[in-house]
Amino acid sequence: MRSFTYERAATPADAAKAVAETKNAKFIAGGTNLLDLMKLEIEAPTHLVDVTRLGLDAVEDTEDGGLRIGALVSNTALSAHPRVRTDYAVLTRAIQAGASGQLRNKATTGGNMLQRTRCPYFYDTNMPCNKRAPGSGCAAIGGFSRSLGVIGTSDACIATYPGDMAVAMRVLDAVVETVKPDGTTRAIPAADLHRLWGDTPHIETALEPGELITHVTLPKPLGGKHFYAKVRDRRSYAFALVSVAAVIQPDGTGRVAFGGVAPRPWRVAEADALLPQGAKAVVDRAFADARPTSDNSFKIPLAQRTLAGVLADAKA
Amino acid sequence: MADTSQPETGGFPMSRRGVLLTGTAATAGTALAPTSLIARPAPSSQGAPAMETVTLTVNGKRHELALDTRTTLLDTLREHLKLTGTKKGCDHGQCGACTIMVNGERINSCLSLAVMHDGDELTTIEGLGTPDDLHPMQEAFVKHDGYQCGYCTPGQICSAVAVLNEIEKGVPSHVTADLTGTMRPTNMEMRERMSGNICRCGAYSNIAEAMSEVAEA
Repeated sequence: MRSFTYERAATPADAAKAVAETKNAKFIAGGTNLLDLMKLEIEAPTHLVDVTRLGLDAVEDTEDGGLRIGALVSNTALSAHPRVRTDYAVLTRAIQAGASGQLRNKATTGGNMLQRTRCPYFYDTNMPCNKRAPGSGCAAIGGFSRSLGVIGTSDACIATYPGDMAVAMRVLDAVVETVKPDGTTRAIPAADLHRLWGDTPHIETALEPGELITHVTLPKPLGGKHFYAKVRDRRSYAFALVSVAAVIQPDGTGRVAFGGVAPRPWRVAEADALLPQGAKAVVDRAFADARPTSDNSFKIPLAQRTLAGVLADAKA
Repeated sequence: MADTSQPETGGFPMSRRGVLLTGTAATAGTALAPTSLIARPAPSSQGAPAMETVTLTVNGKRHELALDTRTTLLDTLREHLKLTGTKKGCDHGQCGACTIMVNGERINSCLSLAVMHDGDELTTIEGLGTPDDLHPMQEAFVKHDGYQCGYCTPGQICSAVAVLNEIEKGVPSHVTADLTGTMRPTNMEMRERMSGNICRCGAYSNIAEAMSEVAEA
């Protein structure tokens, strides 16, 4: 790991300013993803701004019946929150489907939204990777791509957003609140947080340099039945090959987002509208523009079967 | 003030790293005395590594330490406080051998910077019990043969103790059917909740049995 200096910010705005004004600086919260990457020198910040003591660890009811989640609320605390368990169960289910108990105790709401890809070529510093070393090429294209993206990818990068929590956040239409280095705040819909890779896979989110996530807000509860179905190579503690986050109403309408398939939690409004017609109609529409590799084309029928299972459970 | 304070080379008279460095110096044939190599931090492109002072309470004992900012909680415990019960397996948060409890919650000590834990309370395997006064979970692991080689065991036991606390506090898991009901310490719950602790010897079923015994006690 490269040497770095360290500071503990006093306010969210101070933290944003510190990262914007210090060369090669990064925020650190739970650190479970960043420190892993720093040990491999995939990330090599020379200054870390600790945002864990900014008082952003509360979950509060909003006036319209929703929930405002501090960015520093741990995955465990969020998944166990009484209102999340009753009103946003898809979120509890998604969080508990990811990582391990130890990691969920450390990982934060804001940090987990920004989890980096698990593409094996991003992790292997001997290989070209346009995300890790812009312009160096993509070893995953034509390489071992079983776990990688089937849609929303580009000729520069076929990595996925690997997390679970954000897939539920997408289905719930969560909104990410941030503070910028100049102290102004803004709200970014979860739908717009993660960029598609295009020609610049090293730019992963809509966040500007130094912009800090302070909260994630959920609109009022949707009702319906909540599901998070995750298919992986072992039954626990593995990343998704395909996951399905869904909220299904008694009349068969609802919302669905797919994880493990794209640079962002993959949700298509026109596909949501087809939920009463069944899994095939939804997946055909949601993955209409898919460009899978021969290694990962199995993900599309797998997504259909996973959604079919969810829809059967919804009727049960 | 700190109850204990140790110089960087405290505890063991000659560290393994010191021996290795001495060997390197001899091979390279430099004129530097070995002792100066041991004491001097490794040079880096930015000059001397950044240092910070951290106060940690480990198993009830307060320590004030001056640490390279890069030092993880795991390396703090093992290399600076000589508490080698906590093990380094993968050093990337994948195996769970380094599991300790911080302010009562289990974490991977390898994936956490000591500097971020100023003022925190750590419990390691050494703080749970002693050979003469075992923690009930340690006793149950012995009784049910919850280990073979033993390397993952300190992490397994710390994790197991924390898992029972999590179930008692009502934290749900991936296999919990009813998210709003009372959490039960079933065998499937133990297995799911312990999935962050890998055991190459495969003592899993015995670990789950040891946990069940403590849960039912």
